[in-house]
Amino acid sequence: MKKFYLPLIVLLLFVAVIGGSWLRLFNEYWELVLLFMGINIILTVSLNLVNGYMGEFSCGHAGFMAVGAYVAGILTVWLFADDKVFGLPVLPAAWAIPLFPVALIIGAIAAALVGLLVAIPSFRTRGDYLAIITLAVNYIIKSAIENMEVIGGPRGFVGMKRVMNGMADVFDAPWLLIWTFIGMIVTILIIRNFVSSTLGKGVEAIREDEIAAELMSVNTHRVKLIAFMLSCGLAGLAGGLFAHGPGGYINPGTFTILKSTEVMVMVYLGGMGSISGSIISAIGFTLLLEVLRPLGLYKWVVIPLLLVVMMLRRPTGILGNKELTDVFPRLRVIFGSKEESYVSASN
Amino acid sequence: MSLLQIRDMTHFFGGLRAVYDFNLNLEEGELVGLIGPNGAGKTTIFNLVTGAYKPSEGQVQFNGNNLVGLRPHQITAQGIARTFQTIRLWNELTVLDNICIARASRIKYSLLDSILHGPKYRKEEKEIKEQAMALLAVFGLEKDAQELAKNMPYGAQRRVEIARALATEPQLLLLDEPAAGMNPGEIGDLMDFIQRIRQEFDLTIWIIEHQMRVIMNICERIKVIDFGETIAGGTPGEIQDNPRVIEAYLGEEVF
Repeated sequence: MKKFYLPLIVLLLFVAVIGGSWLRLFNEYWELVLLFMGINIILTVSLNLVNGYMGEFSCGHAGFMAVGAYVAGILTVWLFADDKVFGLPVLPAAWAIPLFPVALIIGAIAAALVGLLVAIPSFRTRGDYLAIITLAVNYIIKSAIENMEVIGGPRGFVGMKRVMNGMADVFDAPWLLIWTFIGMIVTILIIRNFVSSTLGKGVEAIREDEIAAELMSVNTHRVKLIAFMLSCGLAGLAGGLFAHGPGGYINPGTFTILKSTEVMVMVYLGGMGSISGSIISAIGFTLLLEVLRPLGLYKWVVIPLLLVVMMLRRPTGILGNKELTDVFPRLRVIFGSKEESYVSASN
Repeated sequence: MSLLQIRDMTHFFGGLRAVYDFNLNLEEGELVGLIGPNGAGKTTIFNLVTGAYKPSEGQVQFNGNNLVGLRPHQITAQGIARTFQTIRLWNELTVLDNICIARASRIKYSLLDSILHGPKYRKEEKEIKEQAMALLAVFGLEKDAQELAKNMPYGAQRRVEIARALATEPQLLLLDEPAAGMNPGEIGDLMDFIQRIRQEFDLTIWIIEHQMRVIMNICERIKVIDFGETIAGGTPGEIQDNPRVIEAYLGEEVF
């Protein structure tokens, strides 16, 4: 019976968030906060796979987010919106409803392919050197977009608002929030399932001792390739969702090292190698940004200060590399436990 | 045909000749020792055979298959496993995970299965866990399955490392100084233990060891190297009387 608790809670949450939005119970501001929470959870959990579980130091997550944002954005605008660059919509607006997630997935795949760029140098280098390479990739992506005049260059790319409005005209529903929620759940499931499999635990073996991992039958090249591509692909998914946000506008300036740092902060705040930690910190950090909004620019003095204090008091982050169920064993009733599979195997 | 055939294996680190013209035929079921003074190149030979380094020259064949140029995990998949001079367990992982991950090359399910956790995945993961628990039981470690590797006492960590090597289902096991840091009592247990797993898992064992008590008691054949060159080979009795071996070890009270 235990098994049904978690899906039930997720379903209730889904109904509460989507239903609330549908009935216009939240104002636009809160809807935006919810949206950013979902996107930040996707970004944090996916980066945690590489920086936390694998112990590599990738600091170009925003670059992959940009790839997903632009690919998905361009696709939907080209297909469903009247646009200066791409002309009249190719398909009727009604098609946007089923094809919207497809565009998001294509954006994610594009980001995963760019992720290959990071995976290949990771075979030969790690630590600081890999950090520099990922940083460079971030800049390459941003500069490449800035120099593509067709998609707006440094001014940015618009039109996604019309796509979303078109979808809402056909059938009124909070489409973006629905897909963000689904994307968030899918991301958590993918990462959780992967790292709990023996194949995926190779990621942790690489973190602990890469040479021993390779000598003890872990195909480290393949595992790293998978981890980087999964992580980058999911960042692309977050980007695709972000591009269709309320402004319906993206520009390369959004996807700088600052954004990458923000995601890294959320990962380290939550705890490396902890999915529940990442979720908690993504929610907390998004809220914190909003709570401190009245401080204006001083927000960026207070938040780093909080981080410094946090790192001094609790250097492993909120949960370290534990999960919420390790800290509060009673929660296993809802989430199940790691040992369960072991007990059933030994019986 | 020999299980492992090494022909004229030579390795340079830049200008330093670490191993020179090393030859060895390992027959199935043998227990062979490799000794030599510190820095003689013993661990380098293990690293060359397991693919951690690529030999500058020479051939290595296992069951008739060439090993030179293969990646380490491919060599492990062919049936060669090793332990390390200094323990290299995955410290922050549980003992059980340490064993399970060593079965990575036997996994048949795909990446998609590992994400979707379908029936094929669950069946195979269950088998992996069962086999790992059975292996831990052989080593008397089953109650420590959920303990983090770093929390295990030193002697137990050595055993976990051997268990991890056996989890890869090897035909040939390379032991790199398994008795390092053990007291005389533990060394006695270790010798019995090596003989036991040799029988139980049908192993051919190649062992590097500085403890002459271990080498002289359990090895059927010994190779001695110094400065990367083979200086002697033969039964423990022959080695003990060999003047070149005594010379290489001069100043150390060995035998």
